[in-house]
Amino acid sequence: MAQLLIDLVRTKFQDAVVSSYTQHGDETVVVQPSHWMAVGQFLRDDPRCDMAMLVDLTAVDFPDQDPRFEVVAHLLSLNLGHRLRVKAKVGKPDGSGAELDSWADLWGSANWAERECFDLFGVVFRGHPDLRRILLYPEFVGHPLRRDYHAQRTQPLIPYREGINNQKLPPFETNEGMPFGRQSHNEWLSAPEPNDDLD
Amino acid sequence: MGQLSDTTVTTTDLAEQGFFTTRFDSILSWAQKYSLFMYPFVTACCGMEFMAVSSPRFDFSRFGAEAPRFTPRQSDLLWVVGTISQRQAPILKRIYEQMADPKWVLAFGTCAASGGFYDNYATLPGIDKIIQCDIYVPGCPPRPEAVLDGLMLLQDKIQSGDRRPAIVKPRNDPTTDPTLGLVQLRRPSQA
Repeated sequence: MAQLLIDLVRTKFQDAVVSSYTQHGDETVVVQPSHWMAVGQFLRDDPRCDMAMLVDLTAVDFPDQDPRFEVVAHLLSLNLGHRLRVKAKVGKPDGSGAELDSWADLWGSANWAERECFDLFGVVFRGHPDLRRILLYPEFVGHPLRRDYHAQRTQPLIPYREGINNQKLPPFETNEGMPFGRQSHNEWLSAPEPNDDLD
Repeated sequence: MGQLSDTTVTTTDLAEQGFFTTRFDSILSWAQKYSLFMYPFVTACCGMEFMAVSSPRFDFSRFGAEAPRFTPRQSDLLWVVGTISQRQAPILKRIYEQMADPKWVLAFGTCAASGGFYDNYATLPGIDKIIQCDIYVPGCPPRPEAVLDGLMLLQDKIQSGDRRPAIVKPRNDPTTDPTLGLVQLRRPSQA
């Protein structure tokens, strides 16, 4: 059944299928981004495919490849019980030009999944009804799941308190190698003996 | 009770008649520490442990801290239970600013105390970055006993008027338990 699906897509979109493979029972077709919409339409409407459910849609960033992003969609047929993973590679190495047709008209679940993909990776979906950030706030600059977003970079909405940026506050600093046992207020005042056992 | 003409009573006499004398701030903080109305700001999985603390097995109503007030204006103690994302930080700060003095803050769990393992773009690295925090209860999630330790520690601090932050410590060293078979990694004390 599984190979049948790949063959179906290959015969329907001969040149548009870049590659296809089967691994551990999961079937994958990689298609040209220009045929993304047509492939989705075919997979949903053809009775031999009958992919009624878009399980997930996300992206992977390969910063040293061209095209850079790989948009991954997982499809499931509820009637026939088979799955297919569809991929398309988009984007220039600098992150620009990552555009793909939106599947929001085909599957309702694509709406939020594509918004999340846009939010975290910056992949733009053409024809999406409401392409805004969904998890992060509108003030956020950049796309944090791109590999070139620095791991420790935060963008606070409100300024941190004075003088403690990136510093630890007193209980973590002065008393970090802590003794065990319940701490009472008097012990806190007068630096208790280490390992004093209250039991 | 004595006669109205008996105006020259001493403190000993008062005690015999069912009265006692104290300092005003002492009895005020005694009242405050046993009537901590709470505002539960529960955002994440630590909330399950928070429910455990509030339910009968552990039951922080024994310490006078069980009455929830779902408006910050009537609350004394802000429980920040769970991860605070950068997006939630302004909300938490607004809640804190709406509370009337005197007010205390308890960071429940490692995420509220320091951000935990969410060391990334999305998470506030500890609520003390935006508001003052009085008690830190580490743990992922903390055991209810640790939370009760934190609550009693806060009561101690309210009684003595100390506003410095404090951290709840583990009750005993798991490496000293022979049944666990753990290796002692902590250097023995020089004292």
